[in-house]
Amino acid sequence: MERSPTSPAFWRSPLRGPWFTSLLGVVLLAGITVLFVTGLLSYAAYNPDLSPVNDKTPDKGLLGFYLFPWPTDPPWLYRLTQGVHVTLGIALVPVLLAKLWSVVPRLFQLPPVRSVAHALERLSLLLLVGGVLFEFVTGVLNIQLDYVFPGSFYPLHFYGAWVFFAAFAVHVALRAPTAVRNLRRMRAGEEDGAPPPGPRAGGREGVAPPVSAEEPSLVSPDPAEPTVSRRGAVWLVGGGSLLLLGTTVGQNFDGPLRRTALLAPHGGAEPGSGPNGFQINKTAAARGISAAETSEEAWRLVVTGPSGTVRLSRAELAELPLHSAALPIACVEGWSTSDQWWRGVRLRDLAALVGHEPGTAPDVLVESLQRHGAFRRAALRANQVRDPRSLLALDVNGERLSPDHGYPARIIVPAAPGVLNTKWVARMTFGDL
Amino acid sequence: MATHRLPLGSPLQLLLLAGSFALAGYAGVRLLADDWFGVALWFVGAAVVHDLVLLPLYAAADRALVRAADTAGPRAADTAGPREEAAGPRAGAAATPPPVRRARVMYVRVPAALSGLLLLVWFPLISGRVADRYASATGMSASGFLGRWLLITALLFGGSALLLVLRARRATKDRPPAVH
Repeated sequence: MERSPTSPAFWRSPLRGPWFTSLLGVVLLAGITVLFVTGLLSYAAYNPDLSPVNDKTPDKGLLGFYLFPWPTDPPWLYRLTQGVHVTLGIALVPVLLAKLWSVVPRLFQLPPVRSVAHALERLSLLLLVGGVLFEFVTGVLNIQLDYVFPGSFYPLHFYGAWVFFAAFAVHVALRAPTAVRNLRRMRAGEEDGAPPPGPRAGGREGVAPPVSAEEPSLVSPDPAEPTVSRRGAVWLVGGGSLLLLGTTVGQNFDGPLRRTALLAPHGGAEPGSGPNGFQINKTAAARGISAAETSEEAWRLVVTGPSGTVRLSRAELAELPLHSAALPIACVEGWSTSDQWWRGVRLRDLAALVGHEPGTAPDVLVESLQRHGAFRRAALRANQVRDPRSLLALDVNGERLSPDHGYPARIIVPAAPGVLNTKWVARMTFGDL
Repeated sequence: MATHRLPLGSPLQLLLLAGSFALAGYAGVRLLADDWFGVALWFVGAAVVHDLVLLPLYAAADRALVRAADTAGPRAADTAGPREEAAGPRAGAAATPPPVRRARVMYVRVPAALSGLLLLVWFPLISGRVADRYASATGMSASGFLGRWLLITALLFGGSALLLVLRARRATKDRPPAVH
């Protein structure tokens, strides 16, 4: 039994073979494509090309080629894309682990290098495996606020995604045709999950040729007695995905559904009760906002535009025309709330107050009272400022904003990522950025 | 051997790989711009730790489980049917039809794998290592995660045990000891 991992006979699981690997590969191809696209959308949602304060990867170069002004419709757009990004990523963890398990003999196969192309492909596989694990690990750690990774999350996850994608694209180009062919062939042959056949060709696995004639098969030449059918193994992987999905997806809904998210960071019970009881990203205490600086006497909103600067107390803001909008909070960490009823002053009305004609409101730079935090300053684009639902909110769900939700006043913009909905607003500067 | 030259391989494959490395390089210099050593360590380390630590660990645990099932002769035989009662542990194990004996592995493997998966993904919250930061940021307590994970684990194992008992009972009632 003291065989080395470089010997094909070392790997004895009868589950390994083209069928299992191909099935998991096709699932990952679809799933990771969705992750990549929703990830790119999330970057676009920050409007990074609008202002440096929104861009945590300013040296992105051509990697931002696709950026576009983030729309305000539908208002649940970011809630959907980012909810899918994080929830699907978590649900794919078991599929990824099973896929890596299914191909691990390849890591040790001899000869280590059969050709120049093969050597380069193996190097590319390091980027593929290292890249996919790097992305999953940084993502899973970030949503749990465990910032142990070496640097800021945004550049690591964004550039890491592109490194991974480069390897992923070539891996798909080289392998997807074989995977699809394998699955077709298996489907055309015996359908059911009977125990895998013996080691020799002629069994179902034997039908599928490896990628190249020289490539050793993943099928064990000396398989152990099966302890699970192939169908059973697929159920176990799928069951793991469903369990993770079921204990996570609820953090995108309210009430009893949120309670089903038993292990997700924003699952379980709401942090409070009443109109301000909904989920909080960062509390006032965590951001060092004191009651003294938000008091009626101390706090003034400073609005600047072409006609000068206006300073408004909260009472004076409440005298302006107030409007309502039902909008969700959606966080980059993959949790969201359903619509909350916000009430406040339209951003475009504030722009008009400092000299911008109605309908021509420009971009705005919003600054918070908070002294630290990556998004204590955030820029909103003209299309966001002009949307009638974009508010400087004073109340939520019929009550004054609580300190944790941004009292005295906060931004709320349809479809914008949570961090752009600045809390504890101190200063707004209207003008083209 | 020494005079053997390495063949080039498929030209299409070489072209695709060259393109891939160019893109990876373009993103990679940006990825490595700040803390190149730390990032490279995490990038390569993730692959190494998975392939050479995590995977061998859970594979070894699984092998130990299968071996334990193989040697759990008389008990396994009991639930399979009265036929094996007189046999010794090794003989009993050997005489029980392998599918019956080994099918029981799944009753441990499934709950253990699912529980381990949840722990792997939610380790920072379950372990409490981010409890203070979590509580300060979200206004919620992080103390519930460990308890909820333990309860889910208990449910998984309990449900699996219940299923095993029910199936074994049905098997002995309905038909002579046989493969199910």
